[in-house]
Amino acid sequence: MSRILVIAEHDGSTLNASIAKTVACAAQIENAEIDILVLADAAAPVAAEAASLASVSRVLTIENEANAHALAALLAPQIVAAAQNYTHVFGPSTTFGKDLMPRVAALLGVNQISDIMSVAGSHEFKRPIYAGNVVVTLRAPADIIVVATVRTASYKAVDTGNSAPIESITVNADLPTHTRFVEAQAGSSDRPDLQTATSVVAGGRALGSVENFDLIYALADKLSAGVGASRAAVDAGYVANELQVGQTGKIIAPDLYIAVGISGAIQHVTGIKDAGTIVAINKDEEAPIFEIADIGLAGDLFTIVPELTEAL
Amino acid sequence: MDKILVGLKRVVDYNVRVRVKSDGSGVETDGVKMSINPFDEIALEEALRIKESGGANEVIVVSIGTSEAQQQLRTGLAMGADRAILINTDDAPDVLSCARALLEIVNRESPDLVIVGKQAIDDDNAQTGQMLAALWGRPQATCASNIELDGDKAIVTREIDIGIEKIEVDLPAVVTADLRLNEPRYVKLPDIMKAKKKPLDVIAFSELGVDSGPQISHSSYEPPEERAKGVMVDNVQDLVTALKDRGLL
Repeated sequence: MSRILVIAEHDGSTLNASIAKTVACAAQIENAEIDILVLADAAAPVAAEAASLASVSRVLTIENEANAHALAALLAPQIVAAAQNYTHVFGPSTTFGKDLMPRVAALLGVNQISDIMSVAGSHEFKRPIYAGNVVVTLRAPADIIVVATVRTASYKAVDTGNSAPIESITVNADLPTHTRFVEAQAGSSDRPDLQTATSVVAGGRALGSVENFDLIYALADKLSAGVGASRAAVDAGYVANELQVGQTGKIIAPDLYIAVGISGAIQHVTGIKDAGTIVAINKDEEAPIFEIADIGLAGDLFTIVPELTEAL
Repeated sequence: MDKILVGLKRVVDYNVRVRVKSDGSGVETDGVKMSINPFDEIALEEALRIKESGGANEVIVVSIGTSEAQQQLRTGLAMGADRAILINTDDAPDVLSCARALLEIVNRESPDLVIVGKQAIDDDNAQTGQMLAALWGRPQATCASNIELDGDKAIVTREIDIGIEKIEVDLPAVVTADLRLNEPRYVKLPDIMKAKKKPLDVIAFSELGVDSGPQISHSSYEPPEERAKGVMVDNVQDLVTALKDRGLL
């Protein structure tokens, strides 16, 4: 039997949406018992949410003021102490999980598997490499703890409605003082979150300016969609970093993705491959984005986008 | 500070579209253009800027790989690094083994700061910096978009999913570079000539006494599933109709 510990990502009050998808991946492993570990200052609201997820057996909480902010150097030794009776420790492939899980793995003396996209067995997994150009199958030895991050875009969230028991635990771990939280600034947006939105409208360099990006926001508002951007648009300063979609940004899987003025470099495409329907609007008929789009419209975005916004 | 250590990985160039070998045993790299991993180039640029503004005395670049990785180290020297170390191996060590090998170099050199790219664009693992920091027992600041040095501390701005985060770390520490930390310089021809005279030490990976287990094996490589070819529409009205047909509006 596999005993899987999923590390909860949260903001102190809400469980991150990536965790229901991480649990979905863990549930693909046959004969698995899945526990969620919540490390927090005050764990109750997050633990309650975690306990409602289907397939979860137990929710464990470690409450400590030092866990008020997710600092990998502080969380990792606690996770290592809690992980001893588990066969697997999973986290989401978000900036939280990517920061934390390699530190956990190294402290456990094992390698870490990044971005599981499919489960072939309890110790065999597929993951993308080379910006999604290649899929590799990895096999971990049966006698080590498998530490991994889950490519959440490959999984649908498990249902809620469960009421798994919640247990507070204590661990013996020396917490370092060499790393301290200073501040976090969330991007100001009342739009749907890019990573969980059912529709996303994204803009590229062709938008040409911060002001022109308003066209993207207007269309997104009509669709109640999240907003994304290509690396080129972020580098040009049109939008903030957290909107970047692709190999080095966010990997997303909305039902509808509308790419506006994005050429479709492989590094961008890897971030949207799992979208339900991809729409591309680009003036260059030869743009690679049309190779992967379900619906393409070649033409001037400055005419098409306002017209589309009006038509909705 | 005295020393900054920067990791440089030799990878298939950013612009190359890689192919899986026909027998599924790996990725075709013969005759393919190789470069410094772009994130590592940003890491080196940051180290050089710190040194040039008087914040450090020496920048050392280190790579793990075949003797061909000397090309990337020479490029690093041409960018302005003072000396280079190649940890030479014909195998492709896993990330934990690489982190353990880097720790050996860290123990020999005692750098005040280690900067590496946040991920390599070949295996997209995004693990080396964090693993080194864990084994070293020192702070990590991943996905850095700004580093502000303040005596024996650094305040690092990190690009995270919700926006940005600032953390303060005691030095020595490991920082991993994100895209917007800086824009790396272009190498000039005279610097390439000068770089040929800079020291480049070669150390055998096997000499470092690194325990290379437990291994995760790579059993097969395959191309990803392709999306089916879509349709082109002529105007906005047809686009709206197509979206309605799919139940998306």
